[in-house]
Amino acid sequence: MTQATDTDAQAEQRDAAAQQFIAALPHCRALQMRVEEVSAGVAVLSMPWSEDLVGDPATGVVHGGAVSALMDTCGGAAVLCHPTAPLSTATMDLRIDYMRAAKPRQRITARATCHHVTRSVAFVRAEAFDEDGDGPVAVANGAFTLDRGSSA
Amino acid sequence: MKRPEPIQVVKQRRDAALTALVGGVPYIRFLGISFDRRGDELTGVLNYSDKLIGNPVLPALHGGVTAAFLEVTAIVTLSWSMLWDDLESGALDAEHLTPTTLPRLPKTIDFSVDYLRSGLPRDAYARARLNRSGRRYASVHVEGWQDNRDRLFAQATGHFLMPRRDG
Repeated sequence: MTQATDTDAQAEQRDAAAQQFIAALPHCRALQMRVEEVSAGVAVLSMPWSEDLVGDPATGVVHGGAVSALMDTCGGAAVLCHPTAPLSTATMDLRIDYMRAAKPRQRITARATCHHVTRSVAFVRAEAFDEDGDGPVAVANGAFTLDRGSSA
Repeated sequence: MKRPEPIQVVKQRRDAALTALVGGVPYIRFLGISFDRRGDELTGVLNYSDKLIGNPVLPALHGGVTAAFLEVTAIVTLSWSMLWDDLESGALDAEHLTPTTLPRLPKTIDFSVDYLRSGLPRDAYARARLNRSGRRYASVHVEGWQDNRDRLFAQATGHFLMPRRDG
């Protein structure tokens, strides 16, 4: 039923929907999140370093919680971009592994993939990178609820 | 037996240390998290503000805010338990604690959040339990609730790397 590729119109519609999705969420605005790229079941979101997000004042490293917020939003966006077009989603569980400290003053970019969906659950994997390209800062695995409107 | 210290001395020492611990972290201020203290027990308080909203339609707290709140509560509770003995014995001088003289904070290794119901647009509370607190690693469970202590809106478990204690 779903195809690996989709039309330009679909892609455009999805880009616009993703930007709107982020712009409508107050906390994402507070963290200055930006949509970099969306495709079928995949979302790439980024967030700039900010003094407000520092968790360790001795080093200026961003708090893990801010990375969680980016990963969570990115995961939700990936679910909404899935070709089966769910109406809405909510996080059921999210586990984050923090591999290393993100470099202070660097933008953090997260890439989430919705790798499997059932009628009511979406499974998501995500990775977050700083600008160093030294491998991921953090990786995440999550399960999200899916609302498909009238339950078939 | 040694005479007990006057209550003001005890409270001032403990509150000064807690303020130094919490006040030094910009992200805790940004989210509007404060801590209530009863003896050595801490309760994290997420003071509501509109910027914490994720879903404006419901409206509901952002899942990332919930995760961050639980993680902050875990880290502060862990640090507080690490400081407590030195603080009470006088090995640590609460009056002169600043973010730079405080021991380093524990680092999160992994954190797993279980979302049980959507976070309502109002204050939230959290308490952490240290299931295991060793010299190098700690395992912490955190519970978050809003109106009723028995109706959790989220819970989490995390592992933390403790800072080296050799100064």
